[in-house]
Amino acid sequence: MGTPSVLWNVAKKCFTVGVITLTVSDLFASIVPVRGASMSPTFNPKTNSLLDSLSDDRVLVEKLCLRNYKFSHGDVIVFSSPNNHKEKHVKRIVGLPGDWVGTIYDVVHVPEGHCWVEGDNSASSLDSRSFGPVPLGLVKGRITHILWPPQRVGSVDRKIPQNRVSSS
Amino acid sequence: MRQWKIIAKEAMARASIITKFLCVLHVTNSYVLSSNHVLGPSMLPTLSVTGDVVLVEHISHRLGKLGSGDLVLVRSPLDPKKSLTKRIVAMEGDKVTFSLDPSRSHSSRSLVVPKGHVWIQGDNLYVSRDSRQFGPLPYGLIEGKVFMRVWPPSSFGFFGQ
Repeated sequence: MGTPSVLWNVAKKCFTVGVITLTVSDLFASIVPVRGASMSPTFNPKTNSLLDSLSDDRVLVEKLCLRNYKFSHGDVIVFSSPNNHKEKHVKRIVGLPGDWVGTIYDVVHVPEGHCWVEGDNSASSLDSRSFGPVPLGLVKGRITHILWPPQRVGSVDRKIPQNRVSSS
Repeated sequence: MRQWKIIAKEAMARASIITKFLCVLHVTNSYVLSSNHVLGPSMLPTLSVTGDVVLVEHISHRLGKLGSGDLVLVRSPLDPKKSLTKRIVAMEGDKVTFSLDPSRSHSSRSLVVPKGHVWIQGDNLYVSRDSRQFGPLPYGLIEGKVFMRVWPPSSFGFFGQ
């Protein structure tokens, strides 16, 4: 019969495509949806609590930055949550290793190998102000462009908050 | 003209095979099994100072099947470009008692490992820099479980508890 060998060929093609896609997505870039309003208005500016998943922003995450872990102030990154490794968060880097970051109550020193992240929408963002500095090893990529919705396609700029960070 | 076409076709075919192989290699190394050269005195006597080659599996930590006593490869919280090999001493929710500097004093501290973290220590407590210095390690920094040694041949074998 010709069917088993056709199925086998299809399976081999799927496996190959899957492996190549996984490698590209791990080492070069991938496209992910952003959920929640913690990065409003940069992502998901419409603060509709019934945001359905089709209207979430889709962004391009580049992985080349994970070769050297060299980030800049204002980069938007994707990282695994320190409290739950299965969750990923999207926030902006406010402090790099060695910086002193001012919060409402005191000034925090960002240790070596860590970064201080905050959401653009300070009022509704769970970030370093709650869970502390994030180890750079948890960073999974840097967001460079918005790819969906079409009216907001474009690059994501670095935004540096004034007067809050003192670099060493 | 014909010659170039044939050469180009063959070059493309070879490049495609090599690319597919490198992709399979990457997926295997990241998601299944990889090897690692570990050296340093912090895991004596389990691992030697001069360097051992070990096999690391990348499946257990994704399934949540790690526990106390496991040898793990982790990304260093102090330098994301470095990996460390240490032993898990306590999982989240466990209470851990440790002495900061065993060569100098007998005083010890206790704490409960927070959610989403583990406590790692090197087997050689006198020289290891581990959770006693940098605190509980977020689970997301674990890269795999070290389960066997393949070099040097005299100490080939699986690691016990």
